[in-house]
Amino acid sequence: MTTITEAPALAPGGTARKLSYVKAFNEGLAQAMREDENVFVAGEDVAGYGGVFRMFDNLLDEFGPRRMIDTPISEAALVGLGVGAAARGLRPVVDLMFMDFIGVCLDQIVNQAAKMKYMFGGSVSVPLTITTASGAGLGAAAQHSQSLEAWLAHVPGLKVVMPSDAYTAKGLTVSAIRDDNPVVVMLNKVLLGSTSEVPEQIYGIPLGQAHTARHGSDVTVIALGRMVGEALAAAEELAAEGIEVEVIDPRTVQPLDTETMFASVRRTNRALVVHEAVTFGGLGGEIAAQIQDAAFDYLDAPVLRIGAPFSPVPFSPVLEKAYVPDQARIVQGCRRLLERS
Amino acid sequence: MAQRASKKSADPAANHTSAQVVRDLHERMVRIRLFETEAGKLMEAGKLPGFLHLYVGQEAVAAGVMAALRDDDQITSTHRGHGHAVAKGVSFKHMYAELYGRVTGACLGRGGSMHINDVSLGMLGANGIVGAGVPIAVGAAFAAQYRGEDNIAVTFFGDGATNIGSFHEGANMAAILRLPVLFICENNGYAEFTPQSKHMLITDVAERAASYGMPSVIVDGMDALAVHQATVEAVARARAGEGPMFIEAKTYRYYDHQGVKGLRHPYRSDAEVEEWKARDAIDLLEARALADGTATRAELDDTWRRTRDEIAEAIAYAEASPLPDTADLLLNVYSG
Repeated sequence: MTTITEAPALAPGGTARKLSYVKAFNEGLAQAMREDENVFVAGEDVAGYGGVFRMFDNLLDEFGPRRMIDTPISEAALVGLGVGAAARGLRPVVDLMFMDFIGVCLDQIVNQAAKMKYMFGGSVSVPLTITTASGAGLGAAAQHSQSLEAWLAHVPGLKVVMPSDAYTAKGLTVSAIRDDNPVVVMLNKVLLGSTSEVPEQIYGIPLGQAHTARHGSDVTVIALGRMVGEALAAAEELAAEGIEVEVIDPRTVQPLDTETMFASVRRTNRALVVHEAVTFGGLGGEIAAQIQDAAFDYLDAPVLRIGAPFSPVPFSPVLEKAYVPDQARIVQGCRRLLERS
Repeated sequence: MAQRASKKSADPAANHTSAQVVRDLHERMVRIRLFETEAGKLMEAGKLPGFLHLYVGQEAVAAGVMAALRDDDQITSTHRGHGHAVAKGVSFKHMYAELYGRVTGACLGRGGSMHINDVSLGMLGANGIVGAGVPIAVGAAFAAQYRGEDNIAVTFFGDGATNIGSFHEGANMAAILRLPVLFICENNGYAEFTPQSKHMLITDVAERAASYGMPSVIVDGMDALAVHQATVEAVARARAGEGPMFIEAKTYRYYDHQGVKGLRHPYRSDAEVEEWKARDAIDLLEARALADGTATRAELDDTWRRTRDEIAEAIAYAEASPLPDTADLLLNVYSG
């Protein structure tokens, strides 16, 4: 199934039901499972325990052990099982718990799932969804905190989504499951308990369409995942000084909706890209290069990148706080861009 | 502990069935042998781009296993995948055209030797990554079980692949989920150029299955009937919902790991190669068929001749086929 149910408009005045990020994910997944019998979930502790982040709570009760499968700690076999089942027409959702674990199953993601359709001459599709929790901020240290979207977005054949709130957690998950390609859903651990308005019915958010989360005329901030919230807070702070910041949430980083970014930068003439991943080799570089290619003559200042320093994610909260980009750094970045022009 | 295969296939009471089976096995083996020797010549002649991992010597395994499968049974293969593809029924034309990089090839010229597939025949691809096909077959078996269908999956891999994690993870996953998947280890004694004695401390790879609670059997991989009989039993078990099984076929690769003849230091002796060739699978089956009257020399020769003609036609087709259009460079990167 490839049809996308358009995301319903949110109720005016924010009167709609609010739901947490993790519950919104869970609701979208459950609705997608009701919609299509071919959808099943496999992973470590997804069934009996409901997932270590409660992502899969109550799904075993509703869907039973046939469709909710606890597997051994074997990520290569888990993703491979998903690839094989998807190639045979099912729509597997496999959960990798922490994104850092992709290191042990990268072959199945990168060399099998991503390339199968292409190298088979189009004779097969791999409608596989990989869910995983990413991001720093919980003192989980270097092997349980990374944001590795740049690794995956670099691989032709994969799609990568980064929900930034509860609304997108549900809609992007539904679209990932309905999509005929392998899609990695990067949930953010810090956001799991955050709430926002979430329509009750099933809806998909189109993959590859950015969302302008706030309109402004002075600076464009392109923020990934959890950084969207930080950017919106920064915009609020700067608005008090009369600086109008436009915040763009790409939602999907592969494919990447660059047109929305270009159009914004042509109006604001300044761009800042912010992500949790380390700056070096991060998507900020790609986005900056593309903006420069497409809108060089409109720029009043070089595109600024804000990311983590080139270090593993530290453990001690004081170090971790200094490591992850935040509202203050985004505010600072916007001021720098304005000072330069 | 792995069981040694019995010799049930030689039971004269089953002579009628076995005459059909013998002819089937013979034809599949001849098709592989000729496909591969011709491919080797084309490569030597500089006509084929890329790598070529020839299957010659191991024909009894692909033929013996595939003759025990249905069209809707699924297989995953290896970098040495031509034999599996031919035995599963993939067309010579599509295969040669792919080796030539033509748009009429099995992968539209996008995959080459290591990605030949035909999903309509349950051939889920050769694979350029050692061991990677194992979990994919586990997934195909999962799909069958999920839908309540009785097709099974078979994964082929070599002795070398049993040292990689995906094999062990896949074997355990198949066992714990009781999936209808057969693990066929083609032990040809070498992981590329490294002899088995230098890459594992056991002689029988099948021993590894025991640690996953998976029964196993060891067969003479030069005896197509023995491979076939062991597979028939394992298939019946898997279809009946009794879970995965491991078959180790002791076999040998006549050509080098890649290409036809290695240029570097000899990693194996000519005497060793000749020793295995003296027990050539096709020669063995032909001798047996002639001795017990299941086929005449004329019938066997006819199979060789028909296959040669078909191959000549397929090569001509490949050479006359158009190259891919560079305007279609991005075709099939994504679905939809």
